[in-house]
Amino acid sequence: MKTAIIKYNAGNIRSVQFALERLGVNGIVTDNPEEIMSADRVIFPGVGEASTAMQYLKERKLDQLIAGLKQPVLGICLGMQLLCRHSEENDTTCIGVFDLEVKRFTSPVENLLKIPQIGWNNITGLHSVMFEHVPENSYMYFVHSYYAALGADTVAITNYVINYSAALQKDNFYAVQFHPEKSAEHGSRIIENFLNL
Amino acid sequence: MLTKRIIPCLDIKDGRTVKGINFENIRDAGDPIELGALYASQGADELVFLDITATNERRKTLAELVTRIARHVNIPFTVGGGIAEVEDVNVLLQSGADKISVNTAAFKNPGLVDTLAREFGSQCIVLAIDTRFEDGDWYVYLNGGRVKTDRKAFDWAKEAVDRGAGEILLTSMNNDGTKQGFAQDITGQLAQNLHVPVIASGGAGTMEHFVEVFENAQADAALAASIFHYKEIEIPALKTFLYGKGVNVRF
Repeated sequence: MKTAIIKYNAGNIRSVQFALERLGVNGIVTDNPEEIMSADRVIFPGVGEASTAMQYLKERKLDQLIAGLKQPVLGICLGMQLLCRHSEENDTTCIGVFDLEVKRFTSPVENLLKIPQIGWNNITGLHSVMFEHVPENSYMYFVHSYYAALGADTVAITNYVINYSAALQKDNFYAVQFHPEKSAEHGSRIIENFLNL
Repeated sequence: MLTKRIIPCLDIKDGRTVKGINFENIRDAGDPIELGALYASQGADELVFLDITATNERRKTLAELVTRIARHVNIPFTVGGGIAEVEDVNVLLQSGADKISVNTAAFKNPGLVDTLAREFGSQCIVLAIDTRFEDGDWYVYLNGGRVKTDRKAFDWAKEAVDRGAGEILLTSMNNDGTKQGFAQDITGQLAQNLHVPVIASGGAGTMEHFVEVFENAQADAALAASIFHYKEIEIPALKTFLYGKGVNVRF
């Protein structure tokens, strides 16, 4: 089985590669369209800023390529946000697999909200094959300032002032806002489940 | 609900773990990768590696160590110690570090914080501050606590956050190594007034100290070294204790 990790101008790609390695899988980091198209699994990771990431993807026509993929695709963090329709982060039109708006966390007047959310938060309402053997209320590691709202494709929910999509799934597209590659054994299980689809 | 984080800190010199007691008297406490993986398996929420190596080979040695850590450890980790250039940060993040921490170099050149935040994102830029209470206020110290400045810790922390620091790692030199508890006043001042997470460091001696710094000071995370390295407090027991006291922690 061939697993491709999409290479673009976003951080954290090495961590995903190492997480795969711990599962005995060799992930190929690539921006080569043929390599990506011919992979059995595609991981679209990322930590970074939406507009510069989209610009990079568009220049290489990777945005259209990703939207057209038929094999299982896993978006992680910024990767998940870029799979949505639009992001408030510098008013960015995204890939649009998921018909959702990505918004910035806003601090309520009465207390100080720390942005970005950094740390371990629990995920609930799990209903996806991604979460097989992952207990309800498991803790995952999140680092983000923007979130995808709840929608028809939401398959896990997290609360940080409001409830938002911790994970999405539609057809062959899977996406998580947290970092499974950094979320200890439950995170590793999610990656394993994705590889075993 | 977002949990409070427990962060073991591993001081690294020439690829080995050490811990300075009050920033002096270094003792060897094991292999960083084994120790890091052990803490991860015990439920540590994050790890911090502070490199105190001072050789020309430093950058290369540290990058190799970071790669080894990233291969084996399945929780986030921060790398700090002597980071002064954008290229240092680039190499460490590319090697697999999740965050980097800057201290003296950022103080001397605050524009570094802006540059790093713009280049790599605030989420991976931790500003470390060593501070000491004297003459009625908390002042910033540099170079591992050896050089005093006339800048107040709160003012510098606020400026750094405005410039793009995504987290503050605050070490009280008065408390560090004493095992008498964290500095709750300055930790609280930062944690309750800055819109980024604050990691309390220095002074942990009992499990109750962690409850105090989370509940009273409202720190977002607490960091400790020797009490974990010498097994005076073990992480599973600490988490159970915190949970029993109503502190939201991850299991």
